[in-house]
Amino acid sequence: MQGEDSRLSMTRRDLLRLIGLSAGGAAMYAAMNRLGHAAESPYQGTPVLQGAPRGTTVLILGAGLAGMVAAYELRQAGYKVQVLEYNHRPGGRNWTLRGGDTYTELGGFTQHCRFDRGLYLNPGPWRIPYHHRGLLDYCKKLRIPLEPFVQINHNAYLHSAKAFGGKPQRFRAINADYRGHVAELLSKTTQQGKLDTQVTKEDQALLLDSLRRWGALDKNYAYVAGARASNRRGYDKEPGGGLSAKPTDSQPMQLHDVLRSHLWSGLNDGEGYEFQTTLLQPVGGMGRIGEAFGRQLEGLIRYNAKVTAIQQDEGGVTVSYEDARHPGAVHTAHADWCICTIPLSILAQIPMNVSTAMADAIGAVPYAASVKVGLQFKRRFWEEDEGIYGGITLTDLPINTIAYPSCDLNRPGKGVLLGAYLYGLDAYQFTAMNPDERVRRVVEYGSQIHSQYRQEFENGIAVAWHRAPFTLGCFATWSDELRAKHYENLCQIDGRIALAGEHASYLPAWQEGAVTSALDLITRIHQRVVAGGAA
Amino acid sequence: MKQLLSMLALFLACTGAAVAQSADKPLYTYASLANAKGEAVFHAICQGCHMPDAKGATGAGTYPALTGNPKLASPQYMAAVILFGRHDMPSFVMRHSDPGNFFEDATLTDAQIADVINYVRTHFGNHYTNNIAAAEVAAMHPQTITAKQP
Repeated sequence: MQGEDSRLSMTRRDLLRLIGLSAGGAAMYAAMNRLGHAAESPYQGTPVLQGAPRGTTVLILGAGLAGMVAAYELRQAGYKVQVLEYNHRPGGRNWTLRGGDTYTELGGFTQHCRFDRGLYLNPGPWRIPYHHRGLLDYCKKLRIPLEPFVQINHNAYLHSAKAFGGKPQRFRAINADYRGHVAELLSKTTQQGKLDTQVTKEDQALLLDSLRRWGALDKNYAYVAGARASNRRGYDKEPGGGLSAKPTDSQPMQLHDVLRSHLWSGLNDGEGYEFQTTLLQPVGGMGRIGEAFGRQLEGLIRYNAKVTAIQQDEGGVTVSYEDARHPGAVHTAHADWCICTIPLSILAQIPMNVSTAMADAIGAVPYAASVKVGLQFKRRFWEEDEGIYGGITLTDLPINTIAYPSCDLNRPGKGVLLGAYLYGLDAYQFTAMNPDERVRRVVEYGSQIHSQYRQEFENGIAVAWHRAPFTLGCFATWSDELRAKHYENLCQIDGRIALAGEHASYLPAWQEGAVTSALDLITRIHQRVVAGGAA
Repeated sequence: MKQLLSMLALFLACTGAAVAQSADKPLYTYASLANAKGEAVFHAICQGCHMPDAKGATGAGTYPALTGNPKLASPQYMAAVILFGRHDMPSFVMRHSDPGNFFEDATLTDAQIADVINYVRTHFGNHYTNNIAAAEVAAMHPQTITAKQP
């Protein structure tokens, strides 16, 4: 998921929102909470499930994080667990594409990943906020090494094709100049007595002092070229050693130019609760988590199993499935309980005898379009030529995002960066292309920001989530209205069937939503089992 | 000579860019999408899931084909699905942007919805003759806005 303001949009509302954030941002909370951005993970540690009756069986549908967390914990608690998974691998949307992998999307478009050894793309989740405690705990348990994920890089770019002649600007410069000018304006307003009715004289003095520091203002509360401003926005000539040591100050941009560029709309990218330092990523790709869970659960997961029907009665749940590679013959699996983590996009099409309220909830939630494109280059020119180590460039071009790898920093040789990360209309349009065209267009657009693309590009791979055969979409896009009407119905235990996954959480699209929904559900099912059976 | 070479390089760079751009149709922006006709809407959006040949696709779930599908007999049904969404398919009805959402929804006008329905129902082996009009689509959502606010 992206920052709430990552697209460089063009509305005045964003400016107000940015000021709101800088000033404290309490009003932002409601809006952010709307998609679950600010909702805290309710993780309290792994539940202790004691007293499971011997031989109680649980059938889990889906070997993504929700399904595998449920399987891992329930097995530990003494349940007899089996898992059915559509893909030939564990993880679901927790997934990393590496050289040698083949991916066929819906429509039969096949891509062969040609990345060099050690290079990868995370088509799905790619960063872990420090407060996603459930997921972090499993990373620790499964001994998955983590490393910092760089979200904000002051030396990466903010770019608009319509501003500064299309020349990308360093985040650092826009940030410094925006803050400097806003601080100067507010200082003047204060000094002119215009805050007298709202702020005491004592507080005004403190405010002025804070604004001078916050905006790098001079002693007259002006934002001007000089050592203070350069220390924020950078130098025309960097300080060094020896005879050529003396730095040359840079010239701040005019407030008018900063505002008209709309580049300020990218300054919020690390401000949202999910995007604040520290973010983390597994060494070697996000898919390491799913792979490790898969090893833990070896023998319990039946791969290539496409679920075709889910039926319950007083005696338990029977699930029909067929081999995804050779459809035709119907197999069945039976258990006392069923935990279904199949995305709603697919589950809505599978016959299942649950209450009308739950069935309505399953059929009510649309799935977002999203596209990611990974590009391999002959060298890490963003580091070598431009001093960009990890982090994100935002642009109003249709590629939206260029994200530089947070791993293998300063190493010689090739690198893979995220060349596009799309939502909304751009995602629809890139989904509608064949994979080769997606990659070609992303290289074309990206070369407007990094001219090295033309020389250094080698190969790429593009994943459009609506064409992913195992999800038919990126994540469940709940609105307030849908949540009010359907969310509680979706999360009930319906007889012997219950659902888990990011769609059954207030953390949509985040892995923590899948983890905590699974932990919440198994706790409730266990209570019901111990209390004596079905509803 | 050096100057000549750099001019030549500049010329090549410019023509190179021009060629690359002319090979690709420009993508729609949220603003320019309103100008897209039905056929263009199909190729920019619908075919992402329903596929370029409108035959749909099947994985763990299915995207329905928009050819040889008896549900296409009702253009009103198709309009309802496009307006309000169905299952995982998002809604395309004109509506105010949701300030809480981190991405902007793509929306279509009633005329575009009518046009894309009429396009689908007369292509890909479909031969329906009863077109749907924009006014009929509009009548299906009287409460919602008809033009997007800036």
